[in-house]
This record gives sequence, C-alpha cells and structure tokens, in this order.
Amino acid sequence: MTGSASGDVVLDLDHVVKRFGHHEVLSGVSLQLHRHEVVCLIGASGSGKSTLLRCANLLETIDGGDISLFGQSLLDDHIDPDLVRRHIGMVFQSFNLFPHLSVLDNILLGPVRAMRRKPSEVRDEALALLDRIGLRDRANDFPDRLSGGQQQRVAIVRSLAMRPALLLLDEVTSALDPTLVGEVLDLLRDLAANGTTMLVATHEMNFARDVARHVAYLDHGVLIEQGTPDEMFNHPQHESTRAFLERVR
Amino acid sequence: MSTGHDEVSSPTPNLFTPPHRRLFTGRRGLAASTVSSVLLVAALVSVFFWAPGSASVRYYFFNGHDMWQSFIGHPQTGLLSIGKGFFTNIWMCLVCEVLILILGLCVAWIRVSRSPVLFPFRVLATGYTDVFRGIPLLLVVFMVGFGLPSMQLGFLTTQSPDVYGCIALTITYTAYVAEVFRAGIYSVPNGQILAARSLGLTHATTMRRVTLPQAVRTVIPPLLNDFISLQKDTALVSVLGAIEAARAAQIYESTTFNGSGLVVASLLFLAITIPLTRFTDRLLDRDRNRRLAALA
Repeated sequence: MTGSASGDVVLDLDHVVKRFGHHEVLSGVSLQLHRHEVVCLIGASGSGKSTLLRCANLLETIDGGDISLFGQSLLDDHIDPDLVRRHIGMVFQSFNLFPHLSVLDNILLGPVRAMRRKPSEVRDEALALLDRIGLRDRANDFPDRLSGGQQQRVAIVRSLAMRPALLLLDEVTSALDPTLVGEVLDLLRDLAANGTTMLVATHEMNFARDVARHVAYLDHGVLIEQGTPDEMFNHPQHESTRAFLERVR
Repeated sequence: MSTGHDEVSSPTPNLFTPPHRRLFTGRRGLAASTVSSVLLVAALVSVFFWAPGSASVRYYFFNGHDMWQSFIGHPQTGLLSIGKGFFTNIWMCLVCEVLILILGLCVAWIRVSRSPVLFPFRVLATGYTDVFRGIPLLLVVFMVGFGLPSMQLGFLTTQSPDVYGCIALTITYTAYVAEVFRAGIYSVPNGQILAARSLGLTHATTMRRVTLPQAVRTVIPPLLNDFISLQKDTALVSVLGAIEAARAAQIYESTTFNGSGLVVASLLFLAITIPLTRFTDRLLDRDRNRRLAALA
C-alpha cells in the first residue's frame, strides 16, 4: 500500500480541462488514485469537485488532458464508456435511488441488466450487502419508505454490487439531516478500513482528516495543493487553503 | 416620532369578519351554497321553459317516443339503431387507442434517441408530429377516407369506411400522444439517468428500465384526457359514411324530422366520457396529494 509503484495507480487524472461554454470549470487538474487508497477532494461549492468526479466517470466529456483507468487512456476512440462505468461506482448527493423499484431491485439492476448476471445469483450477494448495512428487512420496501440516511446507504451498496474497482462519492452527506450524517460516514469508514478505493468530494473535514490518505484542495477549478491530512490541515502551504479551512472550521 | 419598539407593542388587533360579510362564514356557508344552487338551477330551468320556442325545442330534441325509437332503430323502415351504432364508436376507440399507445411510444422514443443511425427517423418523427398536430382531424379523415382508396394499393383500397376512419384517428392522435410521452420522458429527473448510466447501463437499457417506467406513470392522466377526446372524435368518422351513433342519429333526424336521436347519441357519449373524466381527476388528485405528502 505504498502507492509509489505506478502499477498501483487505479485512476490517473492528468491535467484535466473542462469548459461549459466559455466558463472553464477545471483548469488542468492532475490527481492520482492508488489501489486501496482514499482521496478526499475539498473546496467550496462550485470549485469543480463534482465536475471532476463526473469527468472521471465519463459522464462529462473533457476538453483537455487525459484520464486513465489502470493505465489505459479513456479518451481512446474505441473505449466503451458503458464498460468503463461498470468498473467505477458513483454515489450522488441526492441518492438517486430508482423510485419505481424496490430496494432489492435497485441493487440488482446494474449486475443483472448491465453485467448480465443471473438474478438468483446476485440476489444472495445483494441481501448480504443489505445485511451489512442492517437493512435486510427493508429489501422489498420502496425507497420513499426509507430515511435519507438509509437511502444513501442503499445507494452506496447499489454501486458496490457492481464490484467496482473504485468508488466516486459526490458530497454524499450534504443532502442529509445532520442526525443522519453519522450512519453514512460510518459506512464509508468501514469501507475504507476494508481497502475500498475511493475518491470522495466532501465538506466533512473531520472525515477527511481521519480517513483520507490524501487530501486535495480545489479552488475555482484549480488544484491548489494536495498532501496528507496532516500536511493539509495542520501545515497548509497556500493562503487560499488556509482561508478555506478557516471558513469551514 | 415613535420608536420601532413602540409600534410592535400596539393594542390587540381586531380579527373579526366585518358584519356585512358574515353571511358566508361559519355554519351559514352551507345555507348560502344551498340557496345559490337552487336559485341558479331555477333560473336556468325557467329560461328553458319560458323561451318562446320552448315547446317546439322540447318536442324536436327531447321527445321520449323518438328518443326510444332512434335508440332501438327500425330496420323495416331503414332506421338504424343508435345503440348499435355506438358499439362501432366503442370498438373504433379501443382499437385505435391500442395502436396509438404503441405507435406514440415508438415515435417518442425515436425523437429522444441520440443514435446517429436514427437521424433520418428523428427528422421524420419531428416532421410528422408537427404536421399532424397542426391539421384539423376532420381534414385528415377526409384525406385518408377518400385519398387512400384512390391510391389503388391492393387491400389498402378495399376497406370499409370504419377502417379508414380508424387509420385517420390513429395518425392524428399518435402525433399528440407521442408528444405526451416525450414530455413524460423529459420530466424524469436527470439524476435518475446519471445514476443508471453510472451503473454501466446503456442508453437503451436506461430508457427501458429507468426512464420509461417513471415517465409512463406521470403521463397516465394526460393520456386519459386524450383518450376521452378520441372517444368523442370517433363521431367524425361518420363523414365517410361509417354507421356509428352520430350517423344513425342524423339518419333518424332526416327521415323522421325529429332530432331526439342527437340527444340520445350525446347521452351515450357522456355515459363513457364522464366516468373517465372523474377517474382522471381522481388520479390527478392522488398524484397531487402524494407530491404534497412527499414535501411534508
């Protein structure tokens, strides 16, 4: 888990540029994510964290730079984005569970319809995942019967059911009632302890400090600095990082 | 000049309804609505009965004997039964509705597709919806009913007027229904599509498993509205000579010089459309309550 060997690099964002019209939202952001590593993206709303995650997942096309997964450039013409996304799990701020499907069917949809796996076989795995988050008895409920925290945990488990190589988490606690944030963060801590590779955009500084191996600070589409939590939170090098941390403290 | 603090602690305000508006408050509200309903109905009825031509209108349109005769028909004298004719309206409506739902969904799917291969079909679908939502249905009925037979295309030219009527209804209503489906597809939140795509589902699978099931649920009430107008518009097929309720009523009128059949046909249409309308309203209310409950 040293992360120095290049073979360990799962996701490599290399000078990624993204524009919406004339507005540049990402100005050459470079970031590496190693196997079993948790990297936290911090920064104000609108700093480009979400956009960076979406670009990594090919949900947005990029206007410059390169993105590689396991050393393969995803900009190659013959790359199938649908295949790429099967290896990258993504969880959203607003959960985005499918309201017309039960909790169990939400989890089964990806493995069964995208991976063409047998429902009977995936079912047991899905129930085991629900067991892990203590929601096995809610398997047949519809998402609107669940609390926000429960919905978000189901959404996380839904992406895990694809057995992704890495997880992208886009401010997954920002839409939650403060009393429900804990249960979601606990699940993420649990995943981190089990070696899940994660790129986490977050406003939860304590979580970033405890769990991240690496923290990166984004400001107006520019990656200002990155380092270990100790370096970032205790000895920030840049004035804007200091100012941001001062504001969120 | 007083301070702001003084203005806040003013004496107790008067919260009572002014006396001249108390007629409509509290338990008096029920009495007020009863009185106004009775007055309105009485006014309408008396206008109907006191009008100078009332007696002849009642004889011409609301004659019990003629209403019954036109309803059951009289084959010996060439009078067709409106009741029987109405079955034509019902089967045309049902057959058309099935075709319209299937074709409308296909057209909507093509319009929201992104595949480069489907480009010409997208243009075609857009042109089709634009054109047929813009032409009055009556003209389409005429064009199909008299145009298709003239094409001399084998079986296409030898059908009965009912079939041409159905084709015309289907062509026009598919254009409307396709737009309803398309609006429903666009009403599904983008986050749903992002979530599905990030699971690795293809565009087509996302459409089939995530977008359409949610879209169809939202468009059921507007689709029922279109179904109600389709049911009424089956009467337009009479211009091609199809024997349905409106046509049978017309024949009865021109033969016996009594228009009571027109009222009978109207009542038959109402017997179908009013329950459907009520049902649609119930669905809309249920949706609205569910949305309000979701906000709470």
